[in-house]
Amino acid sequence: MKVSVRWLKEYVDLIVPLEDLCERLTMAGLEVGGVEVIGGEWDDILVGKIVDVNSHPNADRLRLVTVDLGKQSSTVVCGAPNVMVGGKVAFARVGAHLIDGHSGERVQLKPAKIRGVVSEGMICSEKELGISDGHEGIVILSAEAIVGSPLSEYLGDTILDLDITPNRPDCLSVIGIAREIAALTGSKLHIPEVSYRELGRAIDLDAAVEIKEPNLCPRYCASLLDGIKIASSPQWMQQRLSTCGMRPINNIVDVTNYVMLEYGQLLHAFDYDEIRGKKIIVRRAGNGEVMTTLDGIERKLNSDFLVIADKERVVAVAGIMGGGDTEVTNSTTTVLIESANFNQAVIHRGSLGLRLGSEASLRFAKGLSRDLPMIALKRATQLLAEIAGGKVAKGIIDVYPGKKKMEPISLPVADIKRLLGMEMKAGEITKTLELLGFGCMQAKSDSQVKVDVPWWRTDISCAADLVEEVARIIGYDEIPTTMLSSQLPRHEPAPMLSLRRQLRNILVSCGFQEVLTYSLTSLEMLGRLSPQLRLIGPTPMKVSNPMSREQEYLRTSLRAGVLSVLARNRRYQEDVIRLFEIGKIFLPRERDLPQEKEMLCAVISGSERKLSWRGKVEPIDFFIAKGLVESILSRLGAIVGFEDGEDESLCLGRRASVMIGKDKLGVVGELHPKVLEVFELSEAAYLIEIDSEKLLSLMAAVKKYQPILRYPSTSRDVALLVDEQITYQQICDIIQNFSLVNSVTLFDLYAGEQVSAGKKSLAFRIIYQSPTHTLTDNEVDKVQQQILDKLQLDFGAILRS
Amino acid sequence: MMLNQVEDLASKASDELGKITDVNDLEAWRIHYLGRKGSLIQILRSLADLPLKERRAVGARANELKEVLEAAFVEKKRNLRQDLALSQRREALDITLPGQQVPLGRLHPTTQMLEEICGIFSNMGFQVVEGPEVEWDYYSFEALNIPADHPARDMFATLWVDSEAKTGGRPMLLRPHTSPVQIRVMEKSRPPIRIIAPGRVYRYEATDATHEWMFYQVEGLAVDRNITLADLKGTLFEFARCLFGEDRKCRFRCDYFPFVEPGVEMAIDCLVCRGAGCRLCGNSGWIEILGAGMVHPEVLRRVDIDPEVYSGFAFGMGVERIPILRYGIDDIRLFYSNDLRFLKQF
Repeated sequence: MKVSVRWLKEYVDLIVPLEDLCERLTMAGLEVGGVEVIGGEWDDILVGKIVDVNSHPNADRLRLVTVDLGKQSSTVVCGAPNVMVGGKVAFARVGAHLIDGHSGERVQLKPAKIRGVVSEGMICSEKELGISDGHEGIVILSAEAIVGSPLSEYLGDTILDLDITPNRPDCLSVIGIAREIAALTGSKLHIPEVSYRELGRAIDLDAAVEIKEPNLCPRYCASLLDGIKIASSPQWMQQRLSTCGMRPINNIVDVTNYVMLEYGQLLHAFDYDEIRGKKIIVRRAGNGEVMTTLDGIERKLNSDFLVIADKERVVAVAGIMGGGDTEVTNSTTTVLIESANFNQAVIHRGSLGLRLGSEASLRFAKGLSRDLPMIALKRATQLLAEIAGGKVAKGIIDVYPGKKKMEPISLPVADIKRLLGMEMKAGEITKTLELLGFGCMQAKSDSQVKVDVPWWRTDISCAADLVEEVARIIGYDEIPTTMLSSQLPRHEPAPMLSLRRQLRNILVSCGFQEVLTYSLTSLEMLGRLSPQLRLIGPTPMKVSNPMSREQEYLRTSLRAGVLSVLARNRRYQEDVIRLFEIGKIFLPRERDLPQEKEMLCAVISGSERKLSWRGKVEPIDFFIAKGLVESILSRLGAIVGFEDGEDESLCLGRRASVMIGKDKLGVVGELHPKVLEVFELSEAAYLIEIDSEKLLSLMAAVKKYQPILRYPSTSRDVALLVDEQITYQQICDIIQNFSLVNSVTLFDLYAGEQVSAGKKSLAFRIIYQSPTHTLTDNEVDKVQQQILDKLQLDFGAILRS
Repeated sequence: MMLNQVEDLASKASDELGKITDVNDLEAWRIHYLGRKGSLIQILRSLADLPLKERRAVGARANELKEVLEAAFVEKKRNLRQDLALSQRREALDITLPGQQVPLGRLHPTTQMLEEICGIFSNMGFQVVEGPEVEWDYYSFEALNIPADHPARDMFATLWVDSEAKTGGRPMLLRPHTSPVQIRVMEKSRPPIRIIAPGRVYRYEATDATHEWMFYQVEGLAVDRNITLADLKGTLFEFARCLFGEDRKCRFRCDYFPFVEPGVEMAIDCLVCRGAGCRLCGNSGWIEILGAGMVHPEVLRRVDIDPEVYSGFAFGMGVERIPILRYGIDDIRLFYSNDLRFLKQF
């Protein structure tokens, strides 16, 4: 809401400096987002009067204009069409700061010779003065302007740009803001007195109003003026409208706009002669009913819209926009002025439906006072009678089905202390509220104040609202600062939260960078996770108003996001990239919110020390990825196993399911070449995915301490020759099962020329240790022999010499 | 006679030892003097042939010398080894060559910020809770005193989930703020309540350098008897002090959110100009960091908490805004485009 300080001054005494005023408004909830000074640089611009106009000797379109400036006069060259003798104008002397009418840049006026004639200054347009973009003609000032005085006295102003919150529709008006200023600074308010003479015949004889939807239109007021003359509105009114960003149109429309800015009530003027049947009907639109709005667009309506109709057709979409049929035109002589209150919800929906966010609907949508239509209508009628001539019909139509009695609100005095933490006496509270126009009555007990809410404050409905009023008028700065002193609630453990934290920290210490990717994705993106480019898993949920195709579906996997990040970063990073995300995926459920499942997804790709002066390059492979899974999970106390996996995103033979016991916890493996290709990755990449909720449920509840063995250990190395199909795990499981075996480490794996075809050699170091004594060679030899016998029996393993 | 021989040996041995600069020479020296066939052992072996008196004197002296030489040997060996190590190192390295980096990851700057914020509030007794990101309209708006068609809905451009068939017509959405967690917590537990709820939120919003359609918020809620706006001020000013430092100025001003009354906007003095006015703060000298207020009585009533007995405060803040201010990040889109060149700076 832009408001002119010059205008405000008519309604309230400004007794504090502007800067303080802005500060107080901001602190009290009406944030001043900007202050614009008009005329701050008009040092060399004066009011002049045109005394002579002659043609330019060398140009048809230009004229020589002599301007009286009081003590002196100047002759300048001017091309404006509206130059006329007697007009009061804004005259810029050489040296004045102006906006260049063509380039829009700020310039300093220099003496100029135009087509051979010296011009000693300039008569300015609104654009040149920086008031508006108007550059069709020069500014014509009102006749009262005193020749020779500084222009800033007439046109100078300060515009405050206020951010009005949705609860304060009353402040979308000059008077509303004036009221706030009066309350905040303790200054006096002057609301214009409204009076006019009703010289026409009774309005009921010529017009009627019927409300068919009293819930959607609680009040409808109308006045009628005939014999009006359409013309431009007076200079001062045009001036104000343009200062507030509204284009002047004609005296009728300008008055309705002026009163809207002044009081915040939307008014609409109908050409009375076009209203068929001389009756206004407020009803819902019929389905498929059509009308053309003022902007010339044909609108298709349905029963969700509230409309203003005459006996035959729709003449306006209530509170949103008028229709072309009844628009006030230059030939209009009789106008019916509407000032009504409409249900905010229906206006809100209507303006969304028509994609029309007009100033009008904005105001209604915020819920205006039901008292306002009558007050604003009277003001508009008065101004119309003054400006457009015409006779005002006797009386005002006022159909008011939604009249409500306003009940006073009880404010317990103790609530101030209870909610604000500061003591206030009933008298202080009363005084504060009265500044804002509230009527206060102290109840006998002194513990309560009965408060009548002024008609314009539609936002106040309970004691807490009054507490805020008190707080913002005293100022939030005055409220003390204390720390919570109440009892601490019982602590509820959050195991998922601490698991997430642990997982993150472990991954980070393993060299992984955390990423956070968008929760919305596309079907195409999710499809990329399968070599056949088809969607794996459940059908994702769809957003009904997506911003783009790329952000249309709730992700059912973190993979696509993480792989995209990998691909994007690969373009400029040559070494290993390790990324992970811990985040939610969304799995649809019948008649319910989706299951939000927390997952861990990590990728690793590239070669270690690829660009380093040190040592050899080590490409990442499956076993590095697997080792990471083992390390990460063992750090959490989980002992995992691996089984052949089936995951489609991963390569056959290079993928595994990560198991805890019989439960699958996730996967690890090399990404399928086809998947790599669609993500535009040229190097092998390895994926780790863990269902962190499952991990939480499967993690050993209590870690158990293992005593440290105090007796020395003995190690033996064995090399075994076995068939190629025998797995490491099979051999290892057997060795580990023997008593005294403390650990088994594979330190060599060989298949090739040195061994016969179809065989491989595995070399193990077995560490033997006893918790009770130092082992003798004999003991160890015995166990080792048993192991070898068992391996030979089960797998035909031969000791390789 | 024999004693002189021992003394000669002593001075000779220590002279020679002093000149040794090489481990091999030192070993030769050891074998010569202290070895099984060494000079000193021979003297000791020949003691038996001496008269008792002389035997005692020579024996004592020789044993003493043995200990001294052995100690000197150990000492010398240690010195030589150190000298060698030093000389080798002195020769070998250009210490300006790049060090071998240990791969260390980093948490996303948003996560780091969340941890910091949650940490501060945890210390003040707030517990971290989380709520769903896909929510019912009821929790996101209705229960927060924002009925359908309320003008304040315009403050939250909402992404709706297309699921009518599945939900029996109950509107489902991507939560536009973390405030629904307030309702979920108050439905489940009774005062005293003191929680913070971090998480993702979503808006229907075109993105640019200062707008992102997905971001993080942290919500806070405290409900009990006699909780006041003064407590809110104390809690949040303390939070700002922990986060932004001791001498940061804070300001509460009146603002409007439908689910609180009185409503508050908190600002800190501008990090760049310290209140003088600059581009960052739009010349106001203040930077808004969060919205807050006393929980609206209607909100309490809806979850069956009597607003005449209990009161509470709530606050909500955008998370990315803080690192943006702190590090001077000029584009919010950097956060979730996950460019490592950005992420690695934090």
